[in-house]
Amino acid sequence: MAMLSGPTVFRVVWLPGSDRLRGYCWCGASRESEGPVELWTWLLAHPDTHGSQKSAGTPDPAPGELQLAGSLG
Amino acid sequence: MSFVRNQWYVAAYGTEVGRELFSRTVCGESILFWRTEAGEITAMADRCVHRRFPLSEKPSNLVGDTVVCGYHGFTYGADGGCVAVPGQTRIPRTARLATFPVRERDSFVWVWIGDKERADESLIPRAPWLDSPDYTTVCGMEPLKARFMLLVDNLLDLSHETYLHGGYIGTPEVAHTPITTEVDDETGVVYVSRHMDDAECPSFYAKSTGIEGRIVRWQDIEYFPPCLYLLHSRVAPVGVYPKDDGTDTDAFHVEVVYAITPETENTTHDFWAVARDFALDDQGVSDFLHDNNRTVVLQDVVALDKLEQVIATEPDGYQELSINIDTGGLAARRILKRMAEEGAPREQVAR
Repeated sequence: MAMLSGPTVFRVVWLPGSDRLRGYCWCGASRESEGPVELWTWLLAHPDTHGSQKSAGTPDPAPGELQLAGSLG
Repeated sequence: MSFVRNQWYVAAYGTEVGRELFSRTVCGESILFWRTEAGEITAMADRCVHRRFPLSEKPSNLVGDTVVCGYHGFTYGADGGCVAVPGQTRIPRTARLATFPVRERDSFVWVWIGDKERADESLIPRAPWLDSPDYTTVCGMEPLKARFMLLVDNLLDLSHETYLHGGYIGTPEVAHTPITTEVDDETGVVYVSRHMDDAECPSFYAKSTGIEGRIVRWQDIEYFPPCLYLLHSRVAPVGVYPKDDGTDTDAFHVEVVYAITPETENTTHDFWAVARDFALDDQGVSDFLHDNNRTVVLQDVVALDKLEQVIATEPDGYQELSINIDTGGLAARRILKRMAEEGAPREQVAR
């Protein structure tokens, strides 16, 4: 259930039936993780990559295109 | 962590402040509160500029709209300015108490800690249930001998209800139900949701609502860092959900509100309130919810006071272990760290 509705909302969902979390940046990128520490580190750093990617002429990653963003977290 | 400055904090309930001098320490600042004869609330330093006697201490007293220091008679107006000193007519130019921006909202007295020119009352987060005629509220405040962050951690992870508050508000389902967490990067609001569709009804809700049997229990937390915490609690018999048009008249709603206010680096004011939309005129329900919630808060107080002793007396650098249930608490910590950096005096930021 989503509650916050602003344009810059990070979301972390506990995947049903598992011990895993999936985090969503407000740009649409997402990443799965076994723990919240790693996930928040990636999520909160991730918007910093938006600008650099734009300046390089590269669009923000679509959900699922996570390897580049993850390596920057 | 040092105090998060340039923020609004709850200093008191409006009912605590009247025509008696009242003092409370917020973020290390001893603040004197009183009302003028017109009912306006004032907030100023609780120290006479002369020899630092606390103005809240007798025989200091209010005379009309002035405070007279009980030590040597320095007298201050509602704006903090000194209007009389003993034995001479000249009042030193520096004889003025520091004042704090103060507002009353939703039964709370909010005070701004930080640069006065940055005090924007539109930033005060709201808890409108507390003085709404559609709700009945019970409330209190418990002093905590533990740092602010420990209470934030406690409230952002309600899985502890199952263990620390078993028999009151805790049931096995709370700890066993996954959460969804959201953070608004712009406003700093942290949201944690735990929806239980088939849960045991704890005595707190069974006795107050009269529900027999298992329940749908929703816990939706909105935390407005640093001070205001809202827990929107929805309880209904199993299978009862809000209607398609958004109305939810067959459920019981309890708005649990906490104001988390640092007193010192290692002590905290734990304001709590429980507002309900049922049994509005039933004093028995009010008494039950008050006593039960206070008991629950005091269980937290005992645990957190103990935890503070452990943290304060053991070496720094302990590597905590965080798991999925900590997702909301970790988000709050990061938001608060960012707020502390943004609100710090410029010379601290420059270091």
